[in-house]
Amino acid sequence: MLPILHDLQAVFGCVPPAAVRLLADALNLTRAEVHGVVSFYHDFREQPAGRHVLKLCRAEACQSMDGERLARAFLDRLGIEWGDTTPDGRLTVEATYCLGLCACAPSAMLDGEPIARLTPVSFDDIVREAGR
Amino acid sequence: MTTRIFVPRDAAARAVGADRVAAAVLDEAKRLGLALDVVRTGSRGLFWLEPMIEVETPGGRIAFGPMTAKDVPGLFAGGLPLSTSHPLCVGRPEDIPFLKRQTRITFARCGIIDPLSLADYRAHGGYRGLERAKSLGAVATVEEVTKSGLRGRGGAGFPTGIKWKTVADTSADRKYIVCNADEGDSGTYADRMIMEGDPFLLIEGMTIAGFAVGATKGYVYIRSEYPDAIRVMERAIVLAEAAGLLGAEAKFDIEVRVGAGAYVCGEETSLLESLEGKRGQVRAKPPLPAHKGLFGKPTVINNLISLATVPAILADGAKHYADLGMGRSRGTMPIQLAGNVKHGGLFEAAFGLTLGEIVDDIGGGTASGRPARAVQVGGPLGAYFPRALFDTPFDYEAFTARDGLIGHGGVVVFDDSVDMAKQARFALEFCAIESCGKCTPCRIGSIRGTETMDKIIAGDRAEANLALITDLCQTLKFGSLCALGGFTPYPVMSAIKHFPEDFTRPRLAAAAE
Repeated sequence: MLPILHDLQAVFGCVPPAAVRLLADALNLTRAEVHGVVSFYHDFREQPAGRHVLKLCRAEACQSMDGERLARAFLDRLGIEWGDTTPDGRLTVEATYCLGLCACAPSAMLDGEPIARLTPVSFDDIVREAGR
Repeated sequence: MTTRIFVPRDAAARAVGADRVAAAVLDEAKRLGLALDVVRTGSRGLFWLEPMIEVETPGGRIAFGPMTAKDVPGLFAGGLPLSTSHPLCVGRPEDIPFLKRQTRITFARCGIIDPLSLADYRAHGGYRGLERAKSLGAVATVEEVTKSGLRGRGGAGFPTGIKWKTVADTSADRKYIVCNADEGDSGTYADRMIMEGDPFLLIEGMTIAGFAVGATKGYVYIRSEYPDAIRVMERAIVLAEAAGLLGAEAKFDIEVRVGAGAYVCGEETSLLESLEGKRGQVRAKPPLPAHKGLFGKPTVINNLISLATVPAILADGAKHYADLGMGRSRGTMPIQLAGNVKHGGLFEAAFGLTLGEIVDDIGGGTASGRPARAVQVGGPLGAYFPRALFDTPFDYEAFTARDGLIGHGGVVVFDDSVDMAKQARFALEFCAIESCGKCTPCRIGSIRGTETMDKIIAGDRAEANLALITDLCQTLKFGSLCALGGFTPYPVMSAIKHFPEDFTRPRLAAAAE
């Protein structure tokens, strides 16, 4: 089922609740079973995210390089919390636990593109990029 | 003659600007009319030098780093060959002490070859392992893996050969090889580097496993946080199929499956559930996956590094590998230095280096320049080690004896600004976030543990609450179904044991409110 859910999210930006019934019928499962899978995995959303998605690493290697403080300052600057989207719908900031860029911490991923050795200046670039 | 310039396409190198450097090199070559080719490689794993570019010369490759796009015009101003007196020149990569001190077996090709060139792969010894396996036969191949002493590199350390033999001895109409590439531990990136830098190595390793146990289908379960690795792996499989190295002729197929952000899917039974399209909930064992694994069939499920080490073991013989290491930890381990460390990167070496050698000599101490205070080894479920335990040798049993684990080989360094009470709290919070929910100690214990740790941090009856945490950790350790709940006590209890001062500190800020 995971490949189908990934494909749905790639097209719609989320796994729409309406898709759950269709999937259940197609795979001969109950709607509860499909919902159970969709809701289990952190990646799948029920609502589309903002135009850009920033995944900020909150795991230990990034913590050791002051990642939490940088992340907090960035969220405060945007006036949002983890998982939120900016009011203009441009940027969603999500927590992630390790991007495998741990020797260049702190790290993040903007729309699937890796960014590491984050500094306050990197966040200016991210905001500029998300403004497009 | 066209000079080849090697620029990594590894995600960590891209994250610090390797693509911009590669583009700048091409621009500069065009502007100056230089005859050069840019070859994108994996990373050598010297991440403090990334982006590190290498230039082919008659005397071998010469490296420059860490480069930025802005450095490129200056470097190329004198034309080819590039000047070795440039301030960013670090000489021959093989002579850099960090690389020179390593014993690269699994990572022998990583960072050197074009990851998607089968010709490169073969020219650097690729597919010698499979050839030898075929000449030995299936039974002797399994014996060879057993004799090498290779143990599960995901962390559990179970002998790979025994696992293979169990699957080989179980009769079934279908068997599977599953590669666990759900590398979720913070501080680890070895799997990612192989997938991005030497994907045919994994394909060869899985093909050997399939041949040895009689399986015809393989899955690589890659976490979604690794989009680059997914792309390279998928492309490599297509190329291998086109060359007849996978598919009907090879009697073995591989498919990439992408995870969806669940840490617990790195646990083998949970990964199998996820592959079957279900919630990634842990299965009770027995039955072992080797008897009843994917879709109820006998399944070899191995960590990526275990599978990627098999080709070298077959190619050069079990003895060559088993001669390295200490005690029951044979061969090499890719140690991944990460976090607040001056020389962060991948260090493949025989087991037996002490933690102090790894952190202070190889890693060069902290990146911040402050004293290293705590080192977490083995990911978020690994123990925190203080300087007093820096004499611990890197070995499965030695770490277990000191209430720790080597896990997948991640070593995360923290300087003296770390608050160990916060780290202990994070371990419990992480367990709560990632718990699959199947067993009670993990599902509920992690949340109660986080709340109790909050009280300790706030200075609320620290002693009584620490006793509660200790008790809870016993329950987690012995009552959980899998390592997520079962090992969360390692970081928590090691922090309390080795850094007690951080748990009883008067909380001035809280008191002032």
